[in-house]
Amino acid sequence: MPTLTVDGVEVTVDPGTTVLQACEEAGAEIPRFCYHERLSIAGNCRMCLVEMEKAPKLIASCAMPAGDGMVIHTNSEIVKQGREGAMEFLLINHPLDCPICDQGGECDLQDQSMAYGSGDSRYDELKRAVAEKNMGPLIKTTMTRCIHCTRCVRFATEVAGVDDLGAINRGENMEIATYLEQALDSELSGNIIDLCPVGALTSKPYAFTARPWELSKTESIDALDAVGANIRVDSRGDEVMRVLPRLHEDVNEEWLSDRSRFSYDGLKAQRLDTPYVRKDGKLQPVGWTEAFEAIKDKLNGLEGDRIGAIAGDMVCAESMMALKDLMEQLGSPNLDCRQDGAALSAETRSAYLFNTTIAGIEEADALLIVGSNPKTEASLINARIRKRWKMGSFPIALIGEEADLGYAHEYLGAGPNTLQDVANGSHSFAEVLKKAERPMIIVGQGALTRADGAAVLSVARTIAENSGMISEGWNGFNILHMAASRVAGLDLGLVPGEGGKGTREILSGNLEVVFLLGADEVDTSSLSNSFVIYQGSHGDAGAQAADVILPGSAYTEKDAIWVNTEGRPQLGRRAIFPPGDAREDWTILRALSETLGKTLPYDTIHQLRERMIAVAPHLADIDVVTPAAWGGFGESGTVTADPFSNPISDYYLTNSISRASKIMAECSSSFSKVKFEETGTNG
Amino acid sequence: MLKDQDRIFTNLYGVHDWRLAGAKSRGVWDNTKALIEMGQDGIVDAVKESGLRGRGGAGFPTGLKWSFMPKESDGRPSYLVVNADESEPGTCKDREIMRFDPHRLLEGCLVAGYAMRAIAAYIYIRGEFVQEAINLEIAIKEAYEDGLIGKNAAGSGYDFDIYLHRGAGAYICGEETALIESLEGNKGQPRLKPPFPANVGVWGCPSTVNNVESIAVAPEILRRGEGWFSGLGRPNNTGTKLFCISGHVNKPCNVEEEMGIPLKELIEKHAGGVRGGWDNLLAIIPGGSSVPLLPKDICDTVLMDFDSLRDVQSGLGTAAVIVMDKSTDVIRAIERLSHFYKHESCGQCTPCREGTGWMWRVMQRLVSGEAEIEEIDMLINISKRIEGHTICALGDAAAWPVQGLVRHFRPVIEERINSRKADRAA
Repeated sequence: MPTLTVDGVEVTVDPGTTVLQACEEAGAEIPRFCYHERLSIAGNCRMCLVEMEKAPKLIASCAMPAGDGMVIHTNSEIVKQGREGAMEFLLINHPLDCPICDQGGECDLQDQSMAYGSGDSRYDELKRAVAEKNMGPLIKTTMTRCIHCTRCVRFATEVAGVDDLGAINRGENMEIATYLEQALDSELSGNIIDLCPVGALTSKPYAFTARPWELSKTESIDALDAVGANIRVDSRGDEVMRVLPRLHEDVNEEWLSDRSRFSYDGLKAQRLDTPYVRKDGKLQPVGWTEAFEAIKDKLNGLEGDRIGAIAGDMVCAESMMALKDLMEQLGSPNLDCRQDGAALSAETRSAYLFNTTIAGIEEADALLIVGSNPKTEASLINARIRKRWKMGSFPIALIGEEADLGYAHEYLGAGPNTLQDVANGSHSFAEVLKKAERPMIIVGQGALTRADGAAVLSVARTIAENSGMISEGWNGFNILHMAASRVAGLDLGLVPGEGGKGTREILSGNLEVVFLLGADEVDTSSLSNSFVIYQGSHGDAGAQAADVILPGSAYTEKDAIWVNTEGRPQLGRRAIFPPGDAREDWTILRALSETLGKTLPYDTIHQLRERMIAVAPHLADIDVVTPAAWGGFGESGTVTADPFSNPISDYYLTNSISRASKIMAECSSSFSKVKFEETGTNG
Repeated sequence: MLKDQDRIFTNLYGVHDWRLAGAKSRGVWDNTKALIEMGQDGIVDAVKESGLRGRGGAGFPTGLKWSFMPKESDGRPSYLVVNADESEPGTCKDREIMRFDPHRLLEGCLVAGYAMRAIAAYIYIRGEFVQEAINLEIAIKEAYEDGLIGKNAAGSGYDFDIYLHRGAGAYICGEETALIESLEGNKGQPRLKPPFPANVGVWGCPSTVNNVESIAVAPEILRRGEGWFSGLGRPNNTGTKLFCISGHVNKPCNVEEEMGIPLKELIEKHAGGVRGGWDNLLAIIPGGSSVPLLPKDICDTVLMDFDSLRDVQSGLGTAAVIVMDKSTDVIRAIERLSHFYKHESCGQCTPCREGTGWMWRVMQRLVSGEAEIEEIDMLINISKRIEGHTICALGDAAAWPVQGLVRHFRPVIEERINSRKADRAA
């Protein structure tokens, strides 16, 4: 434990700490551009120079390991001169176009130039101009502003695992570029916008739409996948202007995936802003009362088991609780939150959670991925796997569709047969898992949404038990969800009751009334004879099949609890109001229940949450992962030889918000491998 | 003046056979086994005692550098890397060694490599050195065939390999950590130190990077005894040195001389004197483009070694003596060097990337006189803000020539600015 003196303050730091970190610990502020806690050390901006006694010149504090007995000065005249010099050099070729730069107001260069710069310029020569680079539909470049800190390059190669970015040329001609003028093909590309300390890389969709000081900032939770990334929703008036990641070490660190970051324009398009009722075969806008009356008329005298309900992928826990209670009141056991038909039961909690936790991946020492492509299904979890892989000695194997995951892995096979080989120990990777101290398995939805899903789950469970994945203090069994609502749904028991029907049967067309709560990714083709009620935010597939539409709110428009794939309940907060007549979802169900004469017993969200906590007590512990006990699950049965297929064919278009987003459509056409046949009306 | 029998590089001018047979006839590879039998510590101690300082420019004691290498391996092998990326303007000594005396270098690799417990040597040769690379390749092949390197090298029982790697002609790859990066296949950009190469070098293994000349003289030092070498020159500046004399002299040449020879004597004896006589001398850059120039009055008396030149605020550098007579536009000469450093800056760290270009642009205006007198001080201030603030020494190397110019020729610069102003007024 080295002890050093910083500006007269003595600090003791852990071995391996840098001088910069030690200075911060001692309360001294060190300016920096290139240094970033989560990236490798480049030491190239020279802004963090400090004086070390006995050293002949200033040292780069970000790169120098703290040593015992060092005496550091961070505010001496020579340090000030050093910083002023670095600042001056950074600015001579910087265009100083702050008034037309989107980074203005949140620019490190602006801030540090105020604090450490000299205030005037001695540079009389011409400034350098750099050609723009095309980095795709998400990242706007103004490379003349670049200060060559290489944060973006390091992020791309280290965290995202793509080698597309690099520095070409030499000296003052050095440029950051994608070598072939191609878009940065990564699900995490948007993070380089946050990392860029200047306005060289800014958000293309956000360009010139707002200044940071006019935005209201709401801390919330992302609901476009099951990672539960912590986000900050920046809004102005009734419009979401952008979505940024927020720091959460155990979930998303400080990254955010592109779909979650850039789908926000989908919040403004295709919105359901008034109730609709189908009259004469056409959906007609009506008032709330009429819509409720239409439902009441339909349900009047109907047996409970003639009604079914499915909760979709982006539904909050509150509305699912209300839906469940309403269905119970109506006497219907036909309820399902697994709109994809995944063979997950709600009985054993550990059977449907990412038990290892996301941060726990860093402790694991072997990994088997089954029927999943974490890169598209949960990009941030994939980044965590890559982070662990970079630390070394982390064998990874994949069963399912082979894909480039951004890290080396052994491809074992395509389907359940290989899985069985691993389970019965005949495959060599079984040995790897057995030898590992903390092995883990990730089972994706691609392995569970099949007819033999329950049997596959049972094989996976055998592997977990046979390779010592379940032990004191370690649970290596993981289900990777893609839907933000799924874990909460299972926690609250949105599964068929006694004799009840599940997703497949509800959709078979045999029921009189089907209630789709935000369920869009379902096959509604057999529902033509059923009375379909759709409640949701967007006019997507579910709404098209509906007879009554109840306009709900998107995730940015309500206070809600979201439980991520780890089983971590987190509080989302309302950033803006839902458009038009749309309402928060649980209140719609509550109002409907009153019309139906089955009034739900809660008038406020607090009462509703009390009810939820009564059903699932761990929901009370916000941001806490309550470990789930191991128990029996899965069904022994025969598995077929059909290969696992990944559920996501187009990363950018997985939910109704993204499908309504123009930005996502552009990304899809730029990046997705799926090519749609041109219709003649496009372009 | 150095006696003929004290010369190490006996085929400096290529008049004799450079291949193995010729080299052996000049004493190269003579009982190398006996040198190795001195033992690792014996060799390092002898080189330390000889006072040999690195010949690549910085003058770091070679024996001391070798002693930094780990004595016990932690599982990683050690490597010797030979810096043959000779690119300092004015310098052409390593080239002569490689094309006319390659076996001396190879023998040095074996002895030095053994001393630092390296399993192999990588010779990183400048890309433009085509013939030199060909000759070295042939010499390496000959040495392997003769059992001098490879398994049981020179009968010593030590296994040692030598590989030649051709660079692509970037000046910065002569910086040891940039060289290592380039050798690994990356963009040639200096690394942050610490860790130093002796701890984490090429492919993450302990490595020592030495100049060609430092390595090539090592066997001869051991053969003749460290006392012989340290008896030449002055204390702390011992031995012989290759000097490259270019510019306005009657006979530009490379010559091996004793350290500490007076600069004037060096030029008069070996290079045929300054063009138009010693009094026609304007200035000399004594150690390659990166060291500050010296005006004639200092050149009259200065001795050519590390400490003497340091005392006059210059440096021995690579001992590349660039002579400028009075016909030289000295501002233009330094401006050209500024352009060189601007062109060769790798662009990694801020002061050098931005500052070298700025200095060059100001220098350009000083050449034409289109400047203000105050800009001279500003230029010095810029150079001071580069010097010592960069990752590697290229920033320093870019700053020093400019500082030297202003230190010694300020009146010339001022006069040009003033006369330009007068011209314009007229």
